[in-house]
Amino acid sequence: MTDTIRETFARLATLDRDVVAIAWLSLRVSLSAVTIGLLLGIPLGAVLAVARFPGRGALVGLLNAFMGLPPVIVGLVLYLVLSRSGPFGSLGLLFTPTAMVAAQAVLATPLVAALTRQVIADAEDHLGEQLRSLGLSAPRRAGVLIYDTRFSLVTAALASFGRAISEIGAVLVVGGNIDGHTRTMTTAISLETQKGDLSLALALGVVLIALVVTVNAVAALLRGHAVRAYG
Amino acid sequence: MAGITLTDIVLVLNRTTILDGLSLAIPPGGITALVGPNGAGKSATLRVIDGLLAPNSGSLTVQAKRRAFVFQKPALIRASAAANVALGLAALGLPRTERRGRVAAALARVGLAHRAHDPATRFSGGEQQRLALARAWAARPDLLLLDEPTANLDPGATDLVEALVAEMAAEGTKVVLVSHNLAQVARLAADVIVLAQGRAVEHGPTRATLLSPRTPQARAYLDGELPWSSLAAAS
Repeated sequence: MTDTIRETFARLATLDRDVVAIAWLSLRVSLSAVTIGLLLGIPLGAVLAVARFPGRGALVGLLNAFMGLPPVIVGLVLYLVLSRSGPFGSLGLLFTPTAMVAAQAVLATPLVAALTRQVIADAEDHLGEQLRSLGLSAPRRAGVLIYDTRFSLVTAALASFGRAISEIGAVLVVGGNIDGHTRTMTTAISLETQKGDLSLALALGVVLIALVVTVNAVAALLRGHAVRAYG
Repeated sequence: MAGITLTDIVLVLNRTTILDGLSLAIPPGGITALVGPNGAGKSATLRVIDGLLAPNSGSLTVQAKRRAFVFQKPALIRASAAANVALGLAALGLPRTERRGRVAAALARVGLAHRAHDPATRFSGGEQQRLALARAWAARPDLLLLDEPTANLDPGATDLVEALVAEMAAEGTKVVLVSHNLAQVARLAADVIVLAQGRAVEHGPTRATLLSPRTPQARAYLDGELPWSSLAAAS
């Protein structure tokens, strides 16, 4: 046990190349997925908050349910779509980081959209009549409300980043956990634990938690600064 | 000049009848006040005139090229004062230089030019309402709808807002004012419409209507609302 901990700190102190490569891939994949999730989820959530159309309630319910999509099921469906006999098999994306980004984006988007919808709906209660009275079109109103709630939407970004970086089911199925290619922190921790290389697993665990804490801290600092300026 | 005619307007919201065959004719020019007890349909009437609420039946004529609405709680976004005023021009398709000029003029008009770049959500209640007036005025409306614009303000801030409203009306903007402050109505409005239970029960010159209402509903409302002796003594 003490040996394991000593080795863990040795790996961290010497910036072990495996640890750094795996952490960097995880971060790249998850940040890309969150970016896609924000680009798709924020407009989708805003439109659902502002527009009124038949079936909107059902769509909101579905979106809320999709916040809890099991990652392994998302991985499985994407696996079928990207496998050689699937509709997008010819793209050759299975077992690549791109497939992992796609899987995590599928997980992040409904989370961002559902949280955005709630935040924008609250802002719409306060500002909606005024914006309609000013003659702004629905897309424009949505844009103003997104701008108005920008500090709260940081929370949606952080929640989706947390979900993406810490999930294992989807990246394992579509990425394949290939050493040096698609091995992320979560898949590596799982594998190394099973193999008995606990020091690498622990080192990755420390890096994973440090990353999540750092990203949240930076976001909180930026948000605090922005709120002080424009809250 | 903005004249407004509402005929037999019925508005039902969530199975509650808010406006129940409302008919009224608001003359062009000057300030017209809408008064009446809570639930009489004053705010709903303003929203129908602005097109924010569509009546279930009845007809409506609003002779105004451009309307602006100032709400009881100034609805400001988390941005600078200037950006909030610019929002009032967003739908007008004005060239950038014209927009900038109008924003600066509107802020100067309400005495907030020096705070153009400050976050609007940090302003005091009175400053926020003046900013809302600046946003409304920037669009050069010929009809200004005010829904209890000073209900949350202290007397000093109320005076500033009243002075601005009176100036805008004097320059030719038709103002329709909903207020529970009958002393304010007496100070500002040329004519008063008393609403009760979703209908207009009385419409006449301000002093005559406030001091000697003709209908029992208007009398009941005004007797309950106003310390009559003080107004009569002041006049």
